[in-house]
Amino acid sequence: MPRGVCVIGAGVTKFGELWEQSFRSLIGEAGLAAVKDARITGDDIDALYVGSMSAGRFIGQEHIGALVVDEAGLAHRHIPATRVEAADASGAAALREGYLAIMSGEHDVVVVGGVEKMTDATDQEQTNTLATALDAEWESFYGATYPAVHALMANAHMAKYGTTREMLAAVSVKNHENGAHNKKAAYPFTITKDQVLKSPLVADPLRMLDCAANVDGASAVVLCAEDKAARYHDKPVKILASAQASDRFVLADRAELATFESTKAAAAAAYRKAKLSPKDVQVAEVHDAFTIGEVMAIEDLGFFEKGSGGKAALNGLTARSGERPVNTSGGLKARGHPPGATGLAQVHEIVRQLRAEAGDRQVRDARVGLTHNVGGSGSTAVVHLFGRGW
Amino acid sequence: MQTPRFWREIDERYALKGVKCGNCGHVLFPSRTLCPDCRHASVGKLSPFRLQGDGVVEAVTVVHAPPSGFELQAPYTLALVRLAEGPRVTAQVTDVKPGDVKVGARVRAVFRKINEEGEAGVVQYGYKFVVSDVAALR
Repeated sequence: MPRGVCVIGAGVTKFGELWEQSFRSLIGEAGLAAVKDARITGDDIDALYVGSMSAGRFIGQEHIGALVVDEAGLAHRHIPATRVEAADASGAAALREGYLAIMSGEHDVVVVGGVEKMTDATDQEQTNTLATALDAEWESFYGATYPAVHALMANAHMAKYGTTREMLAAVSVKNHENGAHNKKAAYPFTITKDQVLKSPLVADPLRMLDCAANVDGASAVVLCAEDKAARYHDKPVKILASAQASDRFVLADRAELATFESTKAAAAAAYRKAKLSPKDVQVAEVHDAFTIGEVMAIEDLGFFEKGSGGKAALNGLTARSGERPVNTSGGLKARGHPPGATGLAQVHEIVRQLRAEAGDRQVRDARVGLTHNVGGSGSTAVVHLFGRGW
Repeated sequence: MQTPRFWREIDERYALKGVKCGNCGHVLFPSRTLCPDCRHASVGKLSPFRLQGDGVVEAVTVVHAPPSGFELQAPYTLALVRLAEGPRVTAQVTDVKPGDVKVGARVRAVFRKINEEGEAGVVQYGYKFVVSDVAALR
């Protein structure tokens, strides 16, 4: 019988343009925060996984696993350390590897980190590097960018379901309303619908304030075998399910543009494993790299009927006080989106919510939480379900 | 991009050369190792196939924030074009005002410069599309 796995600690750095911080100081700070939260010491750690989308291009550094172990002061313990990459789903993909390593019985305590140091690169280099998550030969070569492929999806969604510009703007406004209460967010302030609708076009119909900004940041969690978790923490958050799915790599090769089939597949697997349904989830952190991404996510995760995600956002159903709070942390939009760090920053928020430590962002009686992290234009999706392990 | 890769891709980019699966008859572009529908049954049965370049726009956007090398082209029209033979490709629609291209527009492939001074340090060529029925633009 596979062992259960719990999150016993989580930490995040401030996200933003952190010119004074380096790649290694960021992940060091997040790791320390997670270890402190978990009440473990470095001697308890059996292995490390770290998610990073493109340290090689952003800062010219590969071989991240061993680097992070050394930064953590654990080189003398010679623990295995592996970097995991799945574009902007790298963080959640790393979490899943850590989860599997404990479930298999190989390890008891694993630290999983996620980090990206983006702002050492110019804006143009950042755009170019994000586009490497698309097909370099058959998409980016022809001038396709990350926002552009999401704009194609947005136009398809608008044409098929009547989703409007105002509905997309409502996602951004709502996430900033949440992010205003998160001091770790890169953009902790509210914005108005008019500001979204008047911000510069990036790829029609998506405007600057529909797009999560490129920032620096790191996040980390400590995982522990369920049967040993009580030794360290009185509120272990149990991973009820971990699921990852893929899809056709090139958007043009997908029959349906207004649906993330990878998200649907990962969600179906996660609900099945946890014996839960979408209505059992009280709080969710979903991948809103672009506002259309959140609209599609809340449909494809089963929270709202297909095609009605935009209306749900407009009507406040996904607000903190709504029937299905989504992105209480501020989401990628207000928190900022350092690709490798995003997936675990989502987990950090869900851990806080389930432990009732989310302060004025707290969702009442949150018992089951979901995270949803997407890579590229949707060719990777990772879904995790969490519940109280106490 | 390295120069050898650039030369390797020229046949496909310049001549819209894909493959046809001898098992199911589907045309695949770009060419692939396996037909995704037939997989093992397609091994050894994929033969070169040249597409004519006629297609229909199925999704469209206008890119205002371009990647490196495309600065002078922005804003430009980027579309998913369904080719008559079946495959759908990502490409620019050119010689047209941004915003004028609508879903359903009939287009045809033309040979154009894509990007100057790419990572291989050479001018990169490939296909873009032009609207075949210009009267339909207005």
